[in-house]
Amino acid sequence: MEVTVKDYANAVKPTWCPGCGDYGILSAVKQALVQAGLAPHEVLIVSGIGCGSKLPDYARVNGFMTLHGRPLPVATGARLANHSLKVITVHGDGDSMGLGMGHFIHTTRRNMEIVDLIQNNQIYGLTKGQYSPTSDPGFVTSTSPEGALETAVTPTALALAAGGTFIARGFAGDAKGLADLIAAAIRHKGYALVEILQPCVTFNRKNTYDWYRERVYNLAETGHDTSDRVAAFQKALEWGDRIPLGVIYQTRLPTYEEQEVGLKQGPIAARKLDRLSPAEVKSLRAEFM
Amino acid sequence: MTILNNMTFRIAGAAGQGVESSGTGFAKALAKGGLHVFGLQDYMSRIRGGLNFSQIRVHEQPLYTHQDAVHILLPLNEEALEAYQDEVVEGGGIIYDAGFKVDHSAVSSHGRKAMPVPLIEIAKENGDRVMANTAALGAAAGVSEYSYERVADIIRANFKRKGDDVVAANLRVARAAYLYAKDKYAPGFEWKLSQIAGAPQRMVMSGNQAFALGALAAGCRFISAYPMTPATSIIEWMARHEQPFGVVAKHAEDEIAAVCMAIGANFAGARAMVATSGGGFSLMVEALGLAGMCEVPLVVVEAQRGGPSTGLPTRTEQSDLLFVLNASQGEFPRLVLTPGTIEEYFVCGWRAFNLAEKYQTPVIVMADELLAASMRTVDVSAIDLSAVVIDRGKLLSKKELDALTEPYKRHLFTEDGISPRAVPGHPKAVYATASDEHDEFGHITEEMINRRKMMQKRMTKLEVARQEIRPPTCYGPAEAAIVLVGWGSTYGVLREVVDRLDGEARLVHFCDLWPFPAEAAARALRGGKLVIVENNYTGQFKRLLQGETCIGVDHSIRRYDGRPFSPEEILAGLKEVR
Repeated sequence: MEVTVKDYANAVKPTWCPGCGDYGILSAVKQALVQAGLAPHEVLIVSGIGCGSKLPDYARVNGFMTLHGRPLPVATGARLANHSLKVITVHGDGDSMGLGMGHFIHTTRRNMEIVDLIQNNQIYGLTKGQYSPTSDPGFVTSTSPEGALETAVTPTALALAAGGTFIARGFAGDAKGLADLIAAAIRHKGYALVEILQPCVTFNRKNTYDWYRERVYNLAETGHDTSDRVAAFQKALEWGDRIPLGVIYQTRLPTYEEQEVGLKQGPIAARKLDRLSPAEVKSLRAEFM
Repeated sequence: MTILNNMTFRIAGAAGQGVESSGTGFAKALAKGGLHVFGLQDYMSRIRGGLNFSQIRVHEQPLYTHQDAVHILLPLNEEALEAYQDEVVEGGGIIYDAGFKVDHSAVSSHGRKAMPVPLIEIAKENGDRVMANTAALGAAAGVSEYSYERVADIIRANFKRKGDDVVAANLRVARAAYLYAKDKYAPGFEWKLSQIAGAPQRMVMSGNQAFALGALAAGCRFISAYPMTPATSIIEWMARHEQPFGVVAKHAEDEIAAVCMAIGANFAGARAMVATSGGGFSLMVEALGLAGMCEVPLVVVEAQRGGPSTGLPTRTEQSDLLFVLNASQGEFPRLVLTPGTIEEYFVCGWRAFNLAEKYQTPVIVMADELLAASMRTVDVSAIDLSAVVIDRGKLLSKKELDALTEPYKRHLFTEDGISPRAVPGHPKAVYATASDEHDEFGHITEEMINRRKMMQKRMTKLEVARQEIRPPTCYGPAEAAIVLVGWGSTYGVLREVVDRLDGEARLVHFCDLWPFPAEAAARALRGGKLVIVENNYTGQFKRLLQGETCIGVDHSIRRYDGRPFSPEEILAGLKEVR
C-alpha cells in the first residue's frame, strides 16, 4: 500500500507558537518520508529537548524524545541494534552545538546512516530567549544584555571538517525545498546533515522570515560542485548578505554499519536470542583452561 | 618439615616487564595440576616502570582470598626485590637474577633464603634474553618441586601462536632454570607443590571475564564504553568476541555517549550494556534517569576504584555505594547487585539482563578492582553456561504484535506496573516515548492525575522486583558470637576469617542490595555481635543497613587505602571485639 502524509498524522496538537518554523519542518519531514516510500514503523525519530525536539510527539512515527544534547548517541545505539530502521535525529542549535557538540563531531566522522536534522533558530526558545552557540556576535538576549561575545558556530563547516559525507542546509520557510533536501539525505548512504534555518517568531527578532528571504539563494542554481570539498567550505562559511541553501557537499564513503564485523549477521534486534550452543560453550570454556 | 600445597608466590617488577602475564601463566600451570589458586593483581597507573605485582596463592582446597604471607618472591628487578623482600616469611625464598646488583647476604637476612639464579644467562643460552620470565617461572617450579610438565603445558599453549621454534626455546629455558633451581635450592626449602592426581580440570578466570561470559551467554550483543580501569577488560573481552558471536563493542567518545548508545540499543531491541568505574558512572548519571523514565532496560557495571575524583585509578574501594543507590535527579526504580565472588559475578552477568528486561529499568552491578581483576580457579560446573536462563519479561513477540487489536500503549497502566514492551519496527506498535512525563501512549503531558499514576506505576515495579532480590548469603555456624557483615568483594576474605576462627564467627554477605532485603537482613543478622567490614571511610553500608532496618551495629572494620583486606588484617581488627 502506498504511504501518504496521512499515515504520519496523529491527534496531538503541537504546543509550538503560531508561525513557528517547526510547523514547516514537521511538514517537510513527513513529506520527505512519503517521498522515500517509508512507512511509520520503518522509521525512528530520536530527538533532544527543546521546542523542535517535541516533533516526534506530533507525528505517528516511532520516536524517542531523549535528553538535551544526547539524541545522536541514542540514535547511534538504536541504529547499531537495528540498522534496518531508518534513523533520523531532530535537535536544536543549543542541543546539537552546545551540550551535544562533541557527539555531533564524533557522529559525523563515524559516518553511520543517520539523517541529522539540526533546527537552527539561533536562540534558546523553550527557556525563553537566551543566545545560542549559533547566535551572531553582538546578539542581545537575556543572558547577553551587552551582546553575545563569542564567534558563531557554523554546523555545516564543522561537519565538513569532521569528514561529513552529506552536508546540506535548508530553510523552514521553504517546506518544499526542505522536503527535497531531507529526502536526499534519507537516500544518502552515511551520515547526512541537514541544517535547517528556522525563525523563532517569539524570541529572535533579528533572524526573521523576511531577514532570511532577503538573503537565501539556491546553490543548485549556481553550478556549485557538491563533490568539491574546498568549494564546499567556501559555501559553508558564506553568511551575512547571502546565505546558500541546498546540498553543500556529498561523497560516498563506507558507512560504519558496512564495516562493523559485529553486524555481519544482520541487525542484532532481528536475531533470535538463543542460549549458547554446546560448541560455543566448549570453545569459550577452553579459553580459561 | 614440608608444607605441601599451601603457599603464595609474588611476581613483582616494573610495568611492562610481563608481571601480569607471568602470573596468569603460572596460575594456569598450577590449575592444570589440579590445585586451587587465587591471584591478586597489584598495579600502578602507568604504562612503564613503577612497581607492580601479581600474587598467586595456591592450595588444595578452594581459595577465596589472598593472604599476607609470601613464600616465594620473584622480583624481576632490583627495586622489586628491595621493596618486597620483607614480606617474605622466615624460611621463604627470593628467586632473582644472579646478575642483580644487590648484597646477597642482606637478601638472606631474617631467615629468608636468597636464591640467585642466572635467569638471563639461562635465557640467552637456551633461547633469547626476553625469555627471562620463563626462566623465573621454571625456577619457581623447580624450587617448589612442582611438575615441570604442567609448566610446559602452559608454555606450549601460550606460545603456540608464535611458532614451534619459540615454543621449543621457551621450553629449553624453563627446563634449564627448573633443574638449576631444583638442584641448588629445593633441598633446603620447606614449601612444596604437588599435582593432585585425578583432580577435575578447572578454569582460571578473572571477575570481569566471568561477568562478560555471563553477559554473552545471556544474549548481550552490544556494549558501549569508554575505557576506564578497572572496567576496561569487560569491553576488551566483548570486543575480542565480536566474531563469531556478532557482538558490537562500541568504544564511545565519552561515558555519556556510551550510556546513551546502550539505551538506544536497548530501546531498539538489543540486550545492551555499559561498563565503567565511578568517574565514568558520574557522567552516565544524567542518562540513568532517561532509562528509568522511558522504561528502557539498561545494564550498567560499576567497577569501583579508589576515589574521589581520579583517586587511586588502579586500586580497590567500595566507596560508591550510596552514590549508585541515589544517582540521578528524581525518583525511579533501579536494581543494584553486589556480587562477592567470581561465580556470583558470572551469574549477575546473565541475571542482570533478565532483571533489566523484566522490570524495564536500570540494573547496576557493582564490582570493584579486587573482584574485577583478581582471578581464581573455578569449577566448570560453577560457571554453568547451560544454567543460563534468558527471560525477556513482557517483551511482545511478533506474533503477539500481529494480534494487537487496540492502539498500542507503551506505558500501559498494569497491576504490577510493567507494560508489555514493543521494540520499534512493527506496524501495529508505532509509538514515541519521552523523557518528559508522558501518558500511556508516551505522549508528553503534565496532567496531575496521570503524573501520580505514572509515578505509582514505575515505583510499583520496584516493589514487584523485591521478590527477585536474593537474601544475604550466610556462611558459618548460626550460633557464632561474631557476625561479620559485608557486601561485594569482601565475601572471600570474610569467608576465610570465618574458617580460621573455627566456630567463633559467621558471615552474612549481601549480594543483592536494592531494593534492600530488609526483612531477610533482620533475620540473618539476629544474634551475635555485628561487625561490618567495608572498603570505605564513612561506613556506607552501615548507614544503609541502619537506615533500612534500625539494626544496631557493634563494630566496624574499614579500609580506604586502595588495598584489599587480608584475613590477617581482619583478624587483627577483631581483637577488640573478641
